[in-house]
Amino acid sequence: MTPSRFNMRQIIGKISLWFAVLVIVSPAILFFLWMLSLSLKFEIDNAAYPPVFIPEHFAWKNYTDVLASNRFVTYFFNSLIVTGSATVLALMVGVPAGYGIARMAAHKSAIVILIARITPGLSYLIPLFLMFQWLGLLGTLVPQIIIHLVVTVPIVIWIMIGYFETTPLELEEAALIDGAGRWQVFRHVALPIAKPGIAVAFILAVIFSWNNFVFGIVLAGRETRTLPVAVYNMISFDQLSWGPLAAAALIVTLPVLLLTVFAQRQIVAGLTAGAVKGG
Amino acid sequence: MRPPSYWPFVIPALVVVLAIIIFPWVFTIWMSLNEWKVGSPTTFVGVSNYLRLTGDPRFIEAIGHTLVYTVLSVLLPLVFGTFAAVVFHQKFAGRGFLRGIFIMPMMATPVAIALVWTMMFHPQLGVLNYLLSLVGIPAQLWVFHPATVIPSLVLVETWQWTPLVMLIVLGGLAAIPTEPYESAQIDGASLWQVFRFITLPLIMPFLFIAGMIRMIDAVKSFDVIFAITQGGPGSASETINIYLYSVAFTYYDLGYGSAIAVVFFLLIVLLAAVMLYARQRMLWTEIASDA
Repeated sequence: MTPSRFNMRQIIGKISLWFAVLVIVSPAILFFLWMLSLSLKFEIDNAAYPPVFIPEHFAWKNYTDVLASNRFVTYFFNSLIVTGSATVLALMVGVPAGYGIARMAAHKSAIVILIARITPGLSYLIPLFLMFQWLGLLGTLVPQIIIHLVVTVPIVIWIMIGYFETTPLELEEAALIDGAGRWQVFRHVALPIAKPGIAVAFILAVIFSWNNFVFGIVLAGRETRTLPVAVYNMISFDQLSWGPLAAAALIVTLPVLLLTVFAQRQIVAGLTAGAVKGG
Repeated sequence: MRPPSYWPFVIPALVVVLAIIIFPWVFTIWMSLNEWKVGSPTTFVGVSNYLRLTGDPRFIEAIGHTLVYTVLSVLLPLVFGTFAAVVFHQKFAGRGFLRGIFIMPMMATPVAIALVWTMMFHPQLGVLNYLLSLVGIPAQLWVFHPATVIPSLVLVETWQWTPLVMLIVLGGLAAIPTEPYESAQIDGASLWQVFRFITLPLIMPFLFIAGMIRMIDAVKSFDVIFAITQGGPGSASETINIYLYSVAFTYYDLGYGSAIAVVFFLLIVLLAAVMLYARQRMLWTEIASDA
Protein backbone atom coordinates (compact mmCIF):
# COMPACT_ATOMS: atom_id res chain seq x y z
CA MET A 1 0.00 0.00 0.00
CA THR A 2 1.49 3.35 -1.00
CA PRO A 3 1.47 6.13 1.58
CA SER A 4 -0.72 8.42 -0.51
CA ARG A 5 -3.44 5.80 -0.93
CA PHE A 6 -3.30 5.08 2.76
CA ASN A 7 -3.84 8.76 3.50
CA MET A 8 -6.69 8.89 1.05
CA ARG A 9 -8.42 6.06 2.84
CA GLN A 10 -7.86 7.74 6.18
CA ILE A 11 -9.28 11.00 4.91
CA ILE A 12 -12.36 9.29 3.50
CA GLY A 13 -12.79 7.47 6.79
CA LYS A 14 -12.56 10.74 8.71
CA ILE A 15 -15.04 12.48 6.45
CA SER A 16 -17.58 9.67 6.66
CA LEU A 17 -17.19 9.54 10.44
CA TRP A 18 -17.90 13.25 10.73
CA PHE A 19 -20.79 12.92 8.33
CA ALA A 20 -22.23 10.12 10.49
CA VAL A 21 -21.75 12.22 13.64
CA LEU A 22 -23.54 15.12 11.96
CA VAL A 23 -26.44 12.89 10.93
CA ILE A 24 -27.02 11.48 14.40
CA VAL A 25 -26.59 14.70 16.36
CA SER A 26 -28.58 17.01 14.08
CA PRO A 27 -32.11 15.90 15.09
CA ALA A 28 -31.36 16.98 18.66
CA ILE A 29 -29.51 20.18 17.72
CA LEU A 30 -32.02 21.29 15.09
CA PHE A 31 -34.97 20.62 17.40
CA PHE A 32 -33.65 22.71 20.26
CA LEU A 33 -32.52 25.49 17.90
CA TRP A 34 -36.01 25.55 16.42
CA MET A 35 -37.48 25.69 19.92
CA LEU A 36 -35.22 28.67 20.64
CA SER A 37 -36.22 30.26 17.34
CA LEU A 38 -39.95 29.86 18.08
CA SER A 39 -39.48 31.38 21.52
CA LEU A 40 -37.71 34.47 20.16
CA LYS A 41 -40.17 35.37 17.41
CA PHE A 42 -43.17 37.67 17.33
CA GLU A 43 -46.42 36.09 16.21
CA ILE A 44 -46.11 37.52 12.73
CA ASP A 45 -42.84 35.61 12.22
CA ASN A 46 -44.15 32.43 13.80
CA ALA A 47 -47.15 32.48 11.47
CA ALA A 48 -45.07 33.14 8.35
CA TYR A 49 -44.73 30.67 5.50
CA PRO A 50 -42.10 29.70 4.51
CA PRO A 51 -40.95 29.66 8.14
CA VAL A 52 -38.55 32.30 9.45
CA PHE A 53 -35.51 30.75 11.14
CA ILE A 54 -33.70 33.81 12.42
CA PRO A 55 -36.06 36.77 12.85
CA GLU A 56 -35.06 40.36 12.15
CA HIS A 57 -36.34 41.42 15.56
CA PHE A 58 -36.01 39.20 18.60
CA ALA A 59 -39.09 38.98 20.78
CA TRP A 60 -37.39 39.08 24.21
CA LYS A 61 -40.82 40.15 25.39
CA ASN A 62 -41.92 36.47 25.20
CA TYR A 63 -39.50 35.68 28.01
CA THR A 64 -40.06 38.75 30.13
CA ASP A 65 -43.84 38.24 29.93
CA VAL A 66 -43.56 34.67 31.18
CA LEU A 67 -41.12 35.53 33.94
CA ALA A 68 -43.07 38.61 35.01
CA SER A 69 -46.34 36.77 35.54
CA ASN A 70 -46.59 36.07 39.24
CA ARG A 71 -48.36 32.76 38.57
CA PHE A 72 -45.24 31.52 36.87
CA VAL A 73 -43.18 32.41 39.94
CA THR A 74 -45.65 30.46 42.11
CA TYR A 75 -45.41 27.43 39.84
CA PHE A 76 -41.64 27.65 39.77
CA PHE A 77 -41.52 27.52 43.57
CA ASN A 78 -44.05 24.66 43.58
CA SER A 79 -41.75 22.69 41.29
CA LEU A 80 -38.76 23.60 43.42
CA ILE A 81 -40.49 22.50 46.64
CA VAL A 82 -41.89 19.25 45.23
CA THR A 83 -38.69 18.18 43.47
CA GLY A 84 -36.48 19.37 46.32
CA SER A 85 -38.46 17.60 49.05
CA ALA A 86 -38.98 14.41 47.06
CA THR A 87 -35.27 14.23 46.27
CA VAL A 88 -34.02 14.99 49.77
CA LEU A 89 -36.45 12.51 51.36
CA ALA A 90 -35.49 9.87 48.79
CA LEU A 91 -31.80 10.34 49.57
CA MET A 92 -32.47 10.15 53.32
CA VAL A 93 -34.20 6.78 53.10
CA GLY A 94 -32.67 5.46 49.88
CA VAL A 95 -28.95 5.85 50.53
CA PRO A 96 -28.95 3.83 53.78
CA ALA A 97 -31.30 1.31 52.16
CA GLY A 98 -28.97 0.86 49.20
CA TYR A 99 -26.13 0.35 51.66
CA GLY A 100 -28.04 -2.20 53.72
CA ILE A 101 -29.23 -4.16 50.69
CA ALA A 102 -25.75 -4.21 49.16
CA ARG A 103 -24.11 -5.40 52.41
CA MET A 104 -26.78 -8.04 53.08
CA ALA A 105 -26.56 -9.08 49.42
CA ALA A 106 -30.36 -9.12 49.52
CA HIS A 107 -30.74 -9.10 45.77
CA LYS A 108 -34.26 -10.45 45.88
CA SER A 109 -35.45 -7.21 47.43
CA ALA A 110 -34.63 -5.54 44.12
CA ILE A 111 -37.74 -7.18 42.70
CA VAL A 112 -39.85 -4.53 44.45
CA ILE A 113 -37.89 -1.89 42.59
CA LEU A 114 -38.46 -3.82 39.38
CA ILE A 115 -42.20 -3.85 40.02
CA ALA A 116 -42.07 -0.13 40.68
CA ARG A 117 -40.22 0.31 37.39
CA ILE A 118 -42.83 -1.64 35.43
CA THR A 119 -45.95 -0.20 37.04
CA PRO A 120 -47.58 2.65 35.10
CA GLY A 121 -47.63 5.87 37.13
CA LEU A 122 -51.39 6.12 36.81
CA SER A 123 -51.85 2.91 38.81
CA TYR A 124 -50.41 4.60 41.89
CA LEU A 125 -52.58 7.62 41.33
CA ILE A 126 -55.96 5.92 41.71
CA PRO A 127 -55.53 4.63 45.29
CA LEU A 128 -53.29 7.46 46.46
CA PHE A 129 -55.69 10.05 45.05
CA LEU A 130 -58.44 8.58 47.25
CA MET A 131 -56.14 8.47 50.26
CA PHE A 132 -55.19 12.11 49.85
CA GLN A 133 -58.84 13.03 49.44
CA TRP A 134 -59.76 11.24 52.68
CA LEU A 135 -56.90 12.87 54.50
CA GLY A 136 -57.97 16.27 53.18
CA LEU A 137 -54.56 16.93 51.70
CA LEU A 138 -55.67 17.84 48.18
CA GLY A 139 -54.97 21.50 47.54
CA THR A 140 -51.61 21.37 49.29
CA LEU A 141 -48.25 20.32 47.87
CA VAL A 142 -48.00 17.34 50.24
CA PRO A 143 -49.69 14.77 47.93
CA GLN A 144 -47.35 15.65 45.09
CA ILE A 145 -44.27 15.42 47.31
CA ILE A 146 -45.36 12.00 48.55
CA ILE A 147 -46.23 10.63 45.13
CA HIS A 148 -43.01 11.91 43.60
CA LEU A 149 -41.29 9.52 46.02
CA VAL A 150 -42.62 6.77 43.73
CA VAL A 151 -40.20 8.13 41.15
CA THR A 152 -37.25 9.20 43.28
CA VAL A 153 -36.96 6.44 45.90
CA PRO A 154 -36.49 3.51 43.46
CA ILE A 155 -33.92 5.49 41.44
CA VAL A 156 -31.88 6.31 44.54
CA ILE A 157 -32.04 2.80 46.01
CA TRP A 158 -31.18 1.19 42.67
CA ILE A 159 -28.17 3.41 41.99
CA MET A 160 -26.90 3.18 45.57
CA ILE A 161 -27.08 -0.63 45.64
CA GLY A 162 -24.94 -0.70 42.52
CA TYR A 163 -22.54 1.84 43.95
CA PHE A 164 -22.06 0.29 47.40
CA GLU A 165 -21.46 -3.08 45.79
CA THR A 166 -18.34 -1.69 44.14
CA THR A 167 -16.88 0.16 47.14
CA PRO A 168 -14.16 -1.77 49.01
CA LEU A 169 -15.15 -3.69 52.14
CA GLU A 170 -11.69 -3.80 53.76
CA LEU A 171 -11.92 -0.35 55.36
CA GLU A 172 -15.35 -1.08 56.78
CA GLU A 173 -14.23 -4.43 58.20
CA ALA A 174 -11.17 -2.80 59.77
CA ALA A 175 -13.36 -0.16 61.39
CA LEU A 176 -15.75 -2.82 62.74
CA ILE A 177 -12.85 -4.76 64.25
CA ASP A 178 -11.67 -1.53 65.89
CA GLY A 179 -15.01 -1.47 67.66
CA ALA A 180 -16.93 1.07 65.62
CA GLY A 181 -20.72 0.60 65.45
CA ARG A 182 -22.35 -0.10 62.11
CA TRP A 183 -23.91 3.32 62.02
CA GLN A 184 -20.50 4.94 62.64
CA VAL A 185 -18.99 2.78 59.89
CA PHE A 186 -21.71 3.87 57.49
CA ARG A 187 -21.46 7.51 58.47
CA HIS A 188 -17.68 7.88 58.54
CA VAL A 189 -16.34 5.19 56.21
CA ALA A 190 -18.93 4.14 53.62
CA LEU A 191 -20.73 7.45 53.08
CA PRO A 192 -17.67 9.61 52.24
CA ILE A 193 -16.55 7.08 49.63
CA ALA A 194 -20.04 6.97 48.14
CA LYS A 195 -20.26 10.70 47.39
CA PRO A 196 -19.95 10.29 43.58
CA GLY A 197 -22.73 7.69 43.65
CA ILE A 198 -24.93 9.99 45.71
CA ALA A 199 -24.29 12.75 43.18
CA VAL A 200 -25.49 10.48 40.37
CA ALA A 201 -28.61 9.47 42.33
CA PHE A 202 -29.30 13.09 43.24
CA ILE A 203 -29.04 14.34 39.64
CA LEU A 204 -31.27 11.63 38.17
CA ALA A 205 -33.87 11.94 40.95
CA VAL A 206 -34.02 15.71 40.41
CA ILE A 207 -34.43 15.39 36.64
CA PHE A 208 -37.11 12.71 36.68
CA SER A 209 -39.06 14.44 39.43
CA TRP A 210 -38.78 17.85 37.75
CA ASN A 211 -40.02 16.40 34.43
CA ASN A 212 -42.95 14.52 35.94
CA PHE A 213 -46.29 15.48 34.49
CA VAL A 214 -48.84 12.73 35.10
CA PHE A 215 -48.96 13.12 38.91
CA GLY A 216 -49.44 16.85 38.63
CA ILE A 217 -52.37 16.83 36.21
CA VAL A 218 -54.37 14.69 38.63
CA LEU A 219 -53.26 16.02 42.00
CA ALA A 220 -52.50 19.70 41.40
CA GLY A 221 -55.07 22.40 41.87
CA ARG A 222 -54.84 25.90 40.47
CA GLU A 223 -52.44 27.01 43.18
CA THR A 224 -50.36 23.85 43.43
CA ARG A 225 -49.34 23.25 39.83
CA THR A 226 -45.78 22.38 39.02
CA LEU A 227 -44.14 23.82 35.91
CA PRO A 228 -44.85 20.96 33.46
CA VAL A 229 -48.55 21.09 34.37
CA ALA A 230 -48.58 24.88 34.16
CA VAL A 231 -47.06 24.79 30.68
CA TYR A 232 -49.57 22.16 29.58
CA ASN A 233 -52.44 24.34 30.80
CA MET A 234 -51.11 27.28 28.83
CA ILE A 235 -51.81 25.33 25.61
CA SER A 236 -55.55 25.17 26.04
CA PHE A 237 -55.84 28.87 26.83
CA ASP A 238 -53.50 30.33 24.23
CA GLN A 239 -53.75 28.01 21.27
CA LEU A 240 -52.24 30.48 18.87
CA SER A 241 -49.47 32.31 20.70
CA TRP A 242 -46.52 30.12 19.90
CA GLY A 243 -43.82 32.54 20.96
CA PRO A 244 -44.69 32.85 24.66
CA LEU A 245 -45.59 29.15 24.77
CA ALA A 246 -42.22 28.09 23.38
CA ALA A 247 -40.49 30.53 25.73
CA ALA A 248 -42.30 29.02 28.72
CA ALA A 249 -41.46 25.49 27.54
CA LEU A 250 -37.81 26.41 27.17
CA ILE A 251 -37.67 28.02 30.62
CA VAL A 252 -39.22 24.90 32.18
CA THR A 253 -36.80 22.49 30.59
CA LEU A 254 -33.70 24.71 30.66
CA PRO A 255 -32.49 23.63 34.13
CA VAL A 256 -32.64 20.01 32.99
CA LEU A 257 -30.85 20.70 29.72
CA LEU A 258 -28.06 22.55 31.53
CA LEU A 259 -27.71 19.69 34.01
CA THR A 260 -27.55 17.23 31.10
CA VAL A 261 -24.72 19.06 29.40
CA PHE A 262 -22.71 19.83 32.52
CA ALA A 263 -23.28 16.56 34.37
CA GLN A 264 -23.46 14.26 31.35
CA ARG A 265 -20.74 12.00 32.76
CA GLN A 266 -22.78 11.32 35.94
CA ILE A 267 -26.03 10.98 34.00
CA VAL A 268 -24.54 8.50 31.56
CA ALA A 269 -23.02 6.50 34.43
CA GLY A 270 -26.30 6.44 36.33
CA LEU A 271 -28.50 5.58 33.37
CA THR A 272 -26.31 2.78 32.10
CA ALA A 273 -25.81 1.36 35.60
CA GLY A 274 -29.53 1.41 36.22
CA ALA A 275 -30.40 0.21 32.73
CA VAL A 276 -27.83 -2.50 32.18
CA LYS A 277 -28.62 -4.03 35.51
CA GLY A 278 -32.15 -4.56 34.34
CA GLY A 279 -33.90 -1.41 35.64
CA MET B 1 -17.85 -11.56 66.48
CA ARG B 2 -21.49 -11.44 65.52
CA PRO B 3 -21.86 -10.03 62.00
CA PRO B 4 -23.70 -6.72 62.18
CA SER B 5 -27.28 -6.63 61.05
CA TYR B 6 -28.04 -4.12 58.33
CA TRP B 7 -31.80 -4.14 58.79
CA PRO B 8 -31.96 -0.74 60.50
CA PHE B 9 -30.58 0.82 57.34
CA VAL B 10 -33.34 -0.66 55.23
CA ILE B 11 -36.37 -0.15 57.48
CA PRO B 12 -37.15 3.53 56.66
CA ALA B 13 -37.10 2.77 52.96
CA LEU B 14 -39.16 -0.35 53.56
CA VAL B 15 -41.84 1.73 55.27
CA VAL B 16 -41.89 4.18 52.36
CA VAL B 17 -41.99 1.41 49.76
CA LEU B 18 -44.82 -0.33 51.63
CA ALA B 19 -46.79 2.91 51.81
CA ILE B 20 -46.37 4.19 48.27
CA ILE B 21 -45.77 1.05 46.18
CA ILE B 22 -47.11 -2.08 47.90
CA PHE B 23 -50.15 -0.52 49.56
CA PRO B 24 -51.40 1.15 46.35
CA TRP B 25 -51.10 -2.20 44.59
CA VAL B 26 -53.10 -4.10 47.17
CA PHE B 27 -55.65 -1.33 47.31
CA THR B 28 -55.92 -1.22 43.51
CA ILE B 29 -56.72 -4.92 43.38
CA TRP B 30 -59.37 -4.46 46.06
CA MET B 31 -60.89 -1.49 44.24
CA SER B 32 -60.98 -3.41 40.97
CA LEU B 33 -63.42 -5.82 42.64
CA ASN B 34 -65.80 -3.01 43.51
CA GLU B 35 -68.14 -0.66 41.76
CA TRP B 36 -66.30 2.45 42.93
CA LYS B 37 -67.24 5.85 41.59
CA VAL B 38 -66.39 9.17 43.15
CA GLY B 39 -69.51 10.55 44.80
CA SER B 40 -71.55 7.35 44.93
CA PRO B 41 -71.48 4.44 47.41
CA THR B 42 -69.19 1.51 46.70
CA THR B 43 -70.44 -2.03 46.27
CA PHE B 44 -68.54 -5.27 45.97
CA VAL B 45 -69.08 -6.68 42.49
CA GLY B 46 -66.49 -9.46 42.22
CA VAL B 47 -64.89 -9.85 38.82
CA SER B 48 -67.59 -8.00 36.89
CA ASN B 49 -65.24 -5.07 36.15
CA TYR B 50 -62.93 -7.55 34.47
CA LEU B 51 -65.78 -9.12 32.53
CA ARG B 52 -66.84 -5.65 31.42
CA LEU B 53 -63.33 -5.15 29.98
CA THR B 54 -63.67 -8.09 27.61
CA GLY B 55 -66.69 -6.46 25.98
CA ASP B 56 -65.39 -2.89 25.96
CA PRO B 57 -64.60 -1.99 22.32
CA ARG B 58 -62.69 1.12 23.35
CA PHE B 59 -60.41 -0.95 25.58
CA ILE B 60 -59.82 -3.57 22.89
CA GLU B 61 -59.07 -0.87 20.36
CA ALA B 62 -56.67 0.71 22.86
CA ILE B 63 -54.78 -2.59 23.17
CA GLY B 64 -54.30 -2.59 19.39
CA HIS B 65 -53.02 1.01 19.39
CA THR B 66 -50.70 0.23 22.29
CA LEU B 67 -49.19 -2.79 20.54
CA VAL B 68 -48.60 -0.97 17.25
CA TYR B 69 -47.14 2.02 19.08
CA THR B 70 -44.93 -0.21 21.23
CA VAL B 71 -43.55 -2.42 18.46
CA LEU B 72 -42.56 0.62 16.38
CA SER B 73 -41.19 2.46 19.42
CA VAL B 74 -38.97 -0.49 20.28
CA LEU B 75 -37.68 -1.35 16.80
CA LEU B 76 -36.89 2.12 15.48
CA PRO B 77 -34.84 3.30 18.49
CA LEU B 78 -33.02 -0.06 18.49
CA VAL B 79 -31.92 0.41 14.86
CA PHE B 80 -30.96 4.08 15.15
CA GLY B 81 -29.51 3.69 18.65
CA THR B 82 -27.22 0.87 17.54
CA PHE B 83 -26.00 2.95 14.61
CA ALA B 84 -25.40 5.93 16.91
CA ALA B 85 -23.54 3.73 19.41
CA VAL B 86 -21.21 2.40 16.71
CA VAL B 87 -20.45 6.00 15.73
CA PHE B 88 -19.97 7.20 19.32
CA HIS B 89 -17.68 4.23 19.93
CA GLN B 90 -15.15 5.83 17.52
CA LYS B 91 -12.75 8.45 18.80
CA PHE B 92 -13.31 12.01 17.57
CA ALA B 93 -12.85 15.53 18.87
CA GLY B 94 -15.65 16.78 21.12
CA ARG B 95 -17.13 13.32 21.62
CA GLY B 96 -18.11 13.87 25.26
CA PHE B 97 -19.81 17.20 24.54
CA LEU B 98 -21.66 15.84 21.50
CA ARG B 99 -22.81 12.84 23.51
CA GLY B 100 -24.24 15.33 26.03
CA ILE B 101 -26.14 17.05 23.19
CA PHE B 102 -27.28 13.70 21.83
CA ILE B 103 -28.90 12.62 25.10
CA MET B 104 -30.73 15.94 25.61
CA PRO B 105 -33.98 14.71 23.99
CA MET B 106 -34.47 12.00 26.62
CA MET B 107 -33.63 14.23 29.57
CA ALA B 108 -35.69 17.25 28.47
CA THR B 109 -39.11 17.77 30.09
CA PRO B 110 -41.49 15.65 27.95
CA VAL B 111 -44.39 18.10 28.09
CA ALA B 112 -42.16 20.96 26.97
CA ILE B 113 -40.85 19.08 23.95
CA ALA B 114 -44.31 17.72 23.14
CA LEU B 115 -45.49 21.30 22.88
CA VAL B 116 -42.82 22.18 20.35
CA TRP B 117 -43.52 19.00 18.37
CA THR B 118 -47.19 19.99 18.24
CA MET B 119 -46.19 23.28 16.63
CA MET B 120 -43.88 21.46 14.23
CA PHE B 121 -46.70 19.09 13.22
CA HIS B 122 -49.05 21.99 12.38
CA PRO B 123 -50.33 21.26 8.83
CA GLN B 124 -50.20 24.88 7.59
CA LEU B 125 -47.51 26.58 9.65
CA GLY B 126 -45.46 23.65 10.89
CA VAL B 127 -41.82 23.38 9.97
CA LEU B 128 -42.07 19.66 9.16
CA ASN B 129 -44.35 20.17 6.17
CA TYR B 130 -42.03 22.94 5.01
CA LEU B 131 -39.06 20.54 5.21
CA LEU B 132 -41.05 17.91 3.28
CA SER B 133 -41.90 20.47 0.59
CA LEU B 134 -38.18 21.11 0.09
CA VAL B 135 -37.74 17.50 -1.05
CA GLY B 136 -40.98 17.46 -3.01
CA ILE B 137 -43.13 15.44 -0.62
CA PRO B 138 -46.73 16.67 -0.27
CA ALA B 139 -47.89 18.15 3.05
CA GLN B 140 -49.04 15.67 5.69
CA LEU B 141 -51.65 16.00 8.42
CA TRP B 142 -49.35 14.29 10.97
CA VAL B 143 -51.11 14.02 14.34
CA PHE B 144 -54.30 15.51 12.92
CA HIS B 145 -55.26 12.47 10.83
CA PRO B 146 -56.21 9.01 12.22
CA ALA B 147 -53.97 7.19 9.73
CA THR B 148 -50.80 9.14 10.49
CA VAL B 149 -51.21 9.99 14.15
CA ILE B 150 -49.53 6.90 15.61
CA PRO B 151 -46.53 6.98 13.24
CA SER B 152 -46.14 10.69 14.02
CA LEU B 153 -46.16 10.04 17.77
CA VAL B 154 -43.69 7.20 17.24
CA LEU B 155 -41.45 9.71 15.48
CA VAL B 156 -41.41 11.80 18.67
CA GLU B 157 -40.87 8.75 20.86
CA THR B 158 -38.00 7.59 18.63
CA TRP B 159 -36.40 11.00 18.65
CA GLN B 160 -36.73 11.05 22.42
CA TRP B 161 -35.52 7.57 23.33
CA THR B 162 -32.92 6.57 20.73
CA PRO B 163 -30.26 8.03 23.08
CA LEU B 164 -31.06 5.50 25.82
CA VAL B 165 -30.54 2.59 23.42
CA MET B 166 -27.32 4.27 22.27
CA LEU B 167 -26.01 4.48 25.84
CA ILE B 168 -26.78 0.84 26.62
CA VAL B 169 -25.26 -0.46 23.38
CA LEU B 170 -22.27 1.84 23.86
CA GLY B 171 -21.70 0.12 27.20
CA GLY B 172 -21.80 -3.20 25.36
CA LEU B 173 -19.34 -2.06 22.71
CA ALA B 174 -16.88 -0.96 25.37
CA ALA B 175 -16.82 -4.52 26.71
CA ILE B 176 -15.95 -6.18 23.36
CA PRO B 177 -12.36 -7.48 23.06
CA THR B 178 -10.29 -6.19 20.13
CA GLU B 179 -8.90 -9.55 18.87
CA PRO B 180 -11.80 -10.54 16.59
CA TYR B 181 -11.55 -7.15 14.88
CA GLU B 182 -7.84 -7.56 14.27
CA SER B 183 -8.24 -10.96 12.61
CA ALA B 184 -11.21 -9.69 10.58
CA GLN B 185 -9.07 -6.82 9.32
CA ILE B 186 -6.36 -9.30 8.28
CA ASP B 187 -8.98 -11.37 6.46
CA GLY B 188 -10.13 -8.24 4.64
CA ALA B 189 -13.72 -8.20 5.90
CA SER B 190 -15.92 -5.26 4.87
CA LEU B 191 -17.33 -2.84 7.45
CA TRP B 192 -20.77 -4.38 7.11
CA GLN B 193 -19.39 -7.93 7.51
CA VAL B 194 -17.48 -6.88 10.62
CA PHE B 195 -20.64 -5.38 12.08
CA ARG B 196 -22.90 -8.27 11.07
CA PHE B 197 -20.70 -11.18 12.13
CA ILE B 198 -18.62 -9.79 15.01
CA THR B 199 -20.20 -6.71 16.58
CA LEU B 200 -23.87 -7.66 16.35
CA PRO B 201 -23.60 -11.11 18.02
CA LEU B 202 -21.46 -9.63 20.80
CA ILE B 203 -23.83 -6.76 21.59
CA MET B 204 -26.93 -8.97 21.36
CA PRO B 205 -27.36 -9.21 25.17
CA PHE B 206 -27.26 -5.42 25.42
CA LEU B 207 -29.70 -4.99 22.55
CA PHE B 208 -32.03 -7.35 24.35
CA ILE B 209 -31.86 -5.32 27.57
CA ALA B 210 -32.35 -2.10 25.63
CA GLY B 211 -35.34 -3.65 23.85
CA MET B 212 -36.84 -4.76 27.14
CA ILE B 213 -36.50 -1.33 28.76
CA ARG B 214 -37.82 0.34 25.63
CA MET B 215 -40.83 -1.99 25.63
CA ILE B 216 -41.65 -1.23 29.26
CA ASP B 217 -41.41 2.53 28.66
CA ALA B 218 -43.20 2.57 25.31
CA VAL B 219 -46.18 0.59 26.58
CA LYS B 220 -46.58 3.09 29.42
CA SER B 221 -45.90 6.16 27.30
CA PHE B 222 -48.18 8.92 28.52
CA ASP B 223 -46.81 12.47 28.62
CA VAL B 224 -46.09 12.93 24.93
CA ILE B 225 -49.30 11.28 23.68
CA PHE B 226 -51.45 13.09 26.22
CA ALA B 227 -49.88 16.48 25.59
CA ILE B 228 -49.97 16.23 21.79
CA THR B 229 -53.25 14.41 20.97
CA GLN B 230 -54.96 13.35 24.24
CA GLY B 231 -55.71 10.15 22.36
CA GLY B 232 -57.23 11.84 19.33
CA PRO B 233 -58.23 12.55 16.66
CA GLY B 234 -61.32 10.68 17.80
CA SER B 235 -59.71 7.80 19.62
CA ALA B 236 -57.12 7.03 16.91
CA SER B 237 -54.14 7.32 19.27
CA GLU B 238 -55.83 6.22 22.49
CA THR B 239 -53.45 3.75 24.14
CA ILE B 240 -54.32 1.75 27.26
CA ASN B 241 -52.62 4.30 29.48
CA ILE B 242 -54.56 7.21 27.95
CA TYR B 243 -57.83 5.28 28.23
CA LEU B 244 -57.00 4.45 31.84
CA TYR B 245 -56.60 8.15 32.52
CA SER B 246 -59.98 8.96 30.97
CA VAL B 247 -61.78 6.22 32.90
CA ALA B 248 -60.20 7.06 36.23
CA PHE B 249 -59.87 10.83 36.15
CA THR B 250 -62.33 12.09 33.56
CA TYR B 251 -65.24 9.75 34.38
CA TYR B 252 -63.97 9.07 37.93
CA ASP B 253 -64.91 5.41 37.52
CA LEU B 254 -62.20 4.26 39.91
CA GLY B 255 -63.23 0.61 40.24
CA TYR B 256 -63.22 0.04 36.50
CA GLY B 257 -60.02 2.09 36.19
CA SER B 258 -58.38 -0.16 38.78
CA ALA B 259 -59.32 -3.23 36.78
CA ILE B 260 -57.73 -1.65 33.69
CA ALA B 261 -54.60 -0.88 35.75
CA VAL B 262 -54.32 -4.51 36.87
CA VAL B 263 -54.84 -5.94 33.37
CA PHE B 264 -52.43 -3.35 31.98
CA PHE B 265 -49.72 -4.40 34.45
CA LEU B 266 -50.27 -8.07 33.61
CA LEU B 267 -50.02 -7.24 29.91
CA ILE B 268 -46.62 -5.58 30.47
CA VAL B 269 -45.42 -8.61 32.44
CA LEU B 270 -46.72 -10.88 29.65
CA LEU B 271 -44.88 -8.88 26.98
CA ALA B 272 -41.69 -9.05 29.04
CA ALA B 273 -42.13 -12.82 29.42
CA VAL B 274 -42.64 -13.23 25.66
CA MET B 275 -39.45 -11.28 25.01
CA LEU B 276 -37.52 -13.40 27.53
CA TYR B 277 -38.88 -16.56 25.92
CA ALA B 278 -37.94 -15.38 22.42
CA ARG B 279 -34.45 -14.61 23.67
CA GLN B 280 -34.12 -18.08 25.19
CA ARG B 281 -35.31 -19.67 21.97
CA MET B 282 -32.69 -17.70 20.06
CA LEU B 283 -29.96 -18.88 22.41
CA TRP B 284 -31.08 -22.50 22.07
CA THR B 285 -31.08 -22.39 18.27
CA GLU B 286 -27.62 -20.81 18.41
CA ILE B 287 -26.36 -23.60 20.62
CA ALA B 288 -28.08 -26.20 18.44
CA SER B 289 -26.57 -24.83 15.24
CA ASP B 290 -23.13 -24.69 16.86
CA ALA B 291 -23.26 -28.36 17.75
